[in-house]
Amino acid sequence: MSNNTHQNLSHTPKHIICSILGTGFFVVLCGIISFPVIAGLLASFRPGTELIRKGLALDLDPTTMTLANYKYLFGGNQDSKKYFMWYKNSLLITVLSVVLTLLICYFVAYGLTMYNFKLQNLLFTLVIATMMVPFEILMLPMYKEIIALGLIDTYVGVIITGLCSASTIFFFRQYMTGLPKELLSAARIDGANEYYISVKIIMPLVKPAFASMGILCAMGSWNAILWPLLVLKGAEKFTLPIGLNTLLTPYGNNYDVLIAGSMFGILPIFIIFLVFQKYIIDGMTAGAVKG
Amino acid sequence: MKGKNFLYSQKVAPYVFVMPFIASFIVFWIYPLITAFTMSFQDIGAIKTEWIGFDNYTKLLKDKVFMIAVANSAKYMFYTLLLLIPFPMLFAVLMDSNIVKAKGVWKAILYMPALTSVVISGTLFRLMFSEYKTGQMNVISEALGFGTYKWLKNGWSGMLALLVLCCWRWTGVNMLYFISGLKGIDASLYEAADIDGASPWQKFWYVTLPLLKPTTIYVLTISVYAGLAMFLESYMLWAGNSSPNNIGLTIVGYLYKRGIEKNNMGYACAVGVVLLVVALIINFAQLILNGTFKKEED
Repeated sequence: MSNNTHQNLSHTPKHIICSILGTGFFVVLCGIISFPVIAGLLASFRPGTELIRKGLALDLDPTTMTLANYKYLFGGNQDSKKYFMWYKNSLLITVLSVVLTLLICYFVAYGLTMYNFKLQNLLFTLVIATMMVPFEILMLPMYKEIIALGLIDTYVGVIITGLCSASTIFFFRQYMTGLPKELLSAARIDGANEYYISVKIIMPLVKPAFASMGILCAMGSWNAILWPLLVLKGAEKFTLPIGLNTLLTPYGNNYDVLIAGSMFGILPIFIIFLVFQKYIIDGMTAGAVKG
Repeated sequence: MKGKNFLYSQKVAPYVFVMPFIASFIVFWIYPLITAFTMSFQDIGAIKTEWIGFDNYTKLLKDKVFMIAVANSAKYMFYTLLLLIPFPMLFAVLMDSNIVKAKGVWKAILYMPALTSVVISGTLFRLMFSEYKTGQMNVISEALGFGTYKWLKNGWSGMLALLVLCCWRWTGVNMLYFISGLKGIDASLYEAADIDGASPWQKFWYVTLPLLKPTTIYVLTISVYAGLAMFLESYMLWAGNSSPNNIGLTIVGYLYKRGIEKNNMGYACAVGVVLLVVALIINFAQLILNGTFKKEED
């Protein structure tokens, strides 16, 4: 931002000292922030009994490290089978809910943005209204509703309540308001019908919004706990966070699987983040800038 | 063919597009919301449900455990506002200046905690705040000569653990919000301030801070919501929904305890309605501050 105006200063000793201090500050801050994850990662290479005895002590001695936890986790035994079942369930739920949420929210936002119709403003106000009530308040009635609909302990029950995500609709709408409406009239003159236009002409233009929202939905879905915890009852249906949580019994001694499994569970979301970093920040901050 | 033409007309198409929202709005928003209200006036048993008027609410007002939960949530919300608005804002200003190198790396690392599930981060922080000698907090406190402490068994230190976990998770996210707010500020304003001989502090106080207001209010709103509705952090830190003397109990934690664990749905819904009223009051206050209503009058 102010790079140009300060260019003449950028090699003065004062600027170099400031630069070292400023960068040094973030080095220290990042060191503190990454400590728990690094300590957890190191702990995953030690026996689980040691974790209870030593806590998350930063012991860097490589001779005491072992791959035993990961060998056990991938070993095809009872625990390993359970773990990968949860992993698979989480992947399935995440993929399904991301694909469906994106499609549904895109079309809803399309309808709200590309046309002028009677209920338009009312409906958009309702979209905003749904954002103003914390989910936790609707949780119990929704839980009863899901039981009544016979969707308890099913993936449909986990996914269905979040498909029309207000923030996703909001973001798509923000993105689409910038598109010229002439695109639609031109396509109509060429004889394209309304649905063809929405899929073949506008959707390709909204790709970056799909990327941003897709990643945020995936993160939310992969890490969701509260709602899946209520809906899913059978251990064979658990998602990864719920499953990992069951390993935390006061009696069990499953810290080996827990710590290695936790670290391996961060992996997919971490890779997605590193690859799509730019889109995440765009999507996340859309609401903050325009207010 | 007539039916097809009808669906394909420009008048009907928008309604087809928004249909999923209308359906979801009715089934998964307005219906549960109304049910939450009606259930809060009922005693819901396994066999029969009775209307009991305001009994749940009068009971709630005398419920000492509920008051503890409200106090915990309110305290938690207050401290998170105090910690998670000024500091991320300053970090963002620093990050946006030209004295920091390798910005992308720091942003990515600071965002990382938001990617980890609460199950994992809660477990890691429980180990760090454990009462054994080996927990990081006890290592620090022993090094400072205070000896070991039962962090998760005392009120103030339990709250500290919740706040440390919260700051760990959200500092980076809030910083990114502020960075994007800073990007929207016109650079020529800083140039004008430079010409007028403004000090860096004056530039921050008279240019950055006022122009960052919309972002600040946005972060404030989501922090208020997240603070009031906090539950999982406490659930994971104490490995279940019970903490010694309820030091980690929050409003939503109490709702969960009453509704799911004790199967007293009516009472739990009354808790939810109280939470909703508080959330809405704060939200409307924010909208007025933001000038949202003013804009429509103009």
